[in-house]
Amino acid sequence: MTHPREIADEWLVDYAAGAAPEAVGVLLDAHLSLCPQARATVARLDAVGGVLLDRMEPAALAPDALDRMMARLDRPAPPAAAQAPRATHPLLPDALIPYAGADLEALAWRKVVKGVEEAVLPTGLPAAHKMSLLRIAGGRAIPAHTHYGDELLLVLQGGFEDGHGHYLRGDVCASDETVTHQPTADRAIDCLCLAVTTGPVKLTGGWGRLLNPLLRLRG
Amino acid sequence: MPSDPDNPTLEIHVRDLAAVARFQDRAAFARLFGHFAPRVKAYLLRLGADKGQAEDLAQEVMLAVWRKAPAYDAKLASPATWIFAIARNRRIDSLRRDRRAQIDAQDPGLLPEPEALPDRTLDAGRWERRLAAALDELPAEQAQMLRLAYYEDRSHGDIAQSLRLPLGTVKSRLRLAVARLRTMFENDR
Repeated sequence: MTHPREIADEWLVDYAAGAAPEAVGVLLDAHLSLCPQARATVARLDAVGGVLLDRMEPAALAPDALDRMMARLDRPAPPAAAQAPRATHPLLPDALIPYAGADLEALAWRKVVKGVEEAVLPTGLPAAHKMSLLRIAGGRAIPAHTHYGDELLLVLQGGFEDGHGHYLRGDVCASDETVTHQPTADRAIDCLCLAVTTGPVKLTGGWGRLLNPLLRLRG
Repeated sequence: MPSDPDNPTLEIHVRDLAAVARFQDRAAFARLFGHFAPRVKAYLLRLGADKGQAEDLAQEVMLAVWRKAPAYDAKLASPATWIFAIARNRRIDSLRRDRRAQIDAQDPGLLPEPEALPDRTLDAGRWERRLAAALDELPAEQAQMLRLAYYEDRSHGDIAQSLRLPLGTVKSRLRLAVARLRTMFENDR
């Protein structure tokens, strides 16, 4: 199996069409920066957008539209050099920096279970969607769970295994309500993931069931 | 420079973009504006922008075309595809305020990286003409999924909900449509 593996096509259609909700779009930006195969598919799907754009029935522009446009051409572009130097992080794709910053330790990490920490990254609507970074200590696991919506886990460091596959940096593990899994980090190194959920998760283990009411409150 | 005798409009757009890139040719830009600005505006209106927003954003998109023309590569995409990607990204930037705007990786001139396209020797224009024909030949239920995504801003999850289809059905229709486009591309290499 080669890594990273391209995410399933329906997500790339959402992306290329511009229809991905914010948190999903950010995760896909990050995945694309790590996965040349997915970029190639998006290039094909952009061409679908090009064909459809060319087929649009033209809308009437304001009468002064062309004059307004031509008058703007001479104004210099905002100089790129004047912007503050961009922060970077060796593990975080650039798309994540505006949401996570460049200092992982500055985030508000919260312990989920032993060996698993989460830092929620704020995004826009819809409110049911959640984007967060997950840190899973080597050999530790996220409790077994299923989902009320979609869950996307993008591996940024290390890897995990969930009974359905083994995921490494750049891979996305996409699960929906038909999937129950227990992502377990590889032993060698702590696993860092970007997680996006479009609905609450539902724990399925014995203790997990008792914890569900607590988890759902912050879903 | 690719030339496509069967599609003079495409050829003119490619030539005009090159003239803008090399000589800041205003007449060439005005032609591109005349063709694409009304379509970009129509696209934005269709996705729910009001008239003022659509007009302003179409101006921003065309200004980006003027400034980024040197980054356009006719081997990677047709002018329409390149401008579509700019319009899509500008719209998303405006929806997410300025967060995403500061990321250069979103620049359609930079994505996809050339090495991501093993078949880049193929003339993008020729391929897109065939793509247009292939889209017309897609089974109706697959074409409908693509229309809802591109023209109505619906994610595959939204499509399933609004059409009351099982999520798996929507996924498999989209995958079939994309597989067909992929096969077409590979047969062409």
